[in-house]
Amino acid sequence: MNVNGLTIGDTAPALTLPGTDGADHEIGAADASEATVVYWTCNHCPYALAWEDRLHDVSRDYANRGVRVIAINSNDAESHPADSFEAMSGRVEREGGWPHPYLHDESQAGARAFGAKATPDVFVFDRDLHLRYRGAPDADYGDSGENAAWLRAALDAVLEGRDPDPAETEPVGCGVKWK
Amino acid sequence: MPWVAADIQLLWWRGCPSWERALAMLGEEMTAHGLDKERLEVIEIEDEAAADRLGFPGSPTILVNGVDIQPPDPQQAVGLTCRVYRRRDGRVSPLPDPEDLRDAFARMER
Repeated sequence: MNVNGLTIGDTAPALTLPGTDGADHEIGAADASEATVVYWTCNHCPYALAWEDRLHDVSRDYANRGVRVIAINSNDAESHPADSFEAMSGRVEREGGWPHPYLHDESQAGARAFGAKATPDVFVFDRDLHLRYRGAPDADYGDSGENAAWLRAALDAVLEGRDPDPAETEPVGCGVKWK
Repeated sequence: MPWVAADIQLLWWRGCPSWERALAMLGEEMTAHGLDKERLEVIEIEDEAAADRLGFPGSPTILVNGVDIQPPDPQQAVGLTCRVYRRRDGRVSPLPDPEDLRDAFARMER
């Protein structure tokens, strides 16, 4: 699948997707957030699973600084049933709830619009919804001590009005499962 | 050097980036156990047909004497996917626990 995707400075595409919480969530529309994190994840990929707790910690740690976090699963559920909407909902329930919405991108329009390549693949937008960071949460899926350091540094920079450095890293994980 | 049969196999698929770390881990542990590198066979699984033929449960898969070092669930489908391993501390990982590899080598030596 060839996707063009976003580059640093681009505006977040407008999307409305259903969440496991039963609500529809809008992305790319102006709100009161100081920054927005959108990341692709899924239920079956070991890289996404290894990083998930670190991403949830970021969501909790930055909630009171006005940061909105959204997780999206775009994988083809026909080839990967573990990534069906029902399986997503079941997982969130089993885990006692997530600190942020977990959205289903059944048409894969979101993944194409953003250019999501892998799970996980992280996008950080500023308050004007311009892309400021894109890539991996940190340098090592195997080391929980990394604590999503690249993502946290990018958020700190955006919240303080600086440019993240680096602004881009290479996403590491399983490829998005296209239809 | 005498011919040595490969009795350790790394099966990998390029869609999962952890195979290089798996190869490095194998190399380190084989050295630590005094195992000749000639005993390692590295096999790239290139398509679904090969995955079906070899019963490939995902990348990376390490076999010692034909036995998976962390045998997958019998219901686990075969195919081109990334394997989910459970480390001994309970963490989910794209790589097996090195202890599983050490145990497999220890069984081989008995």
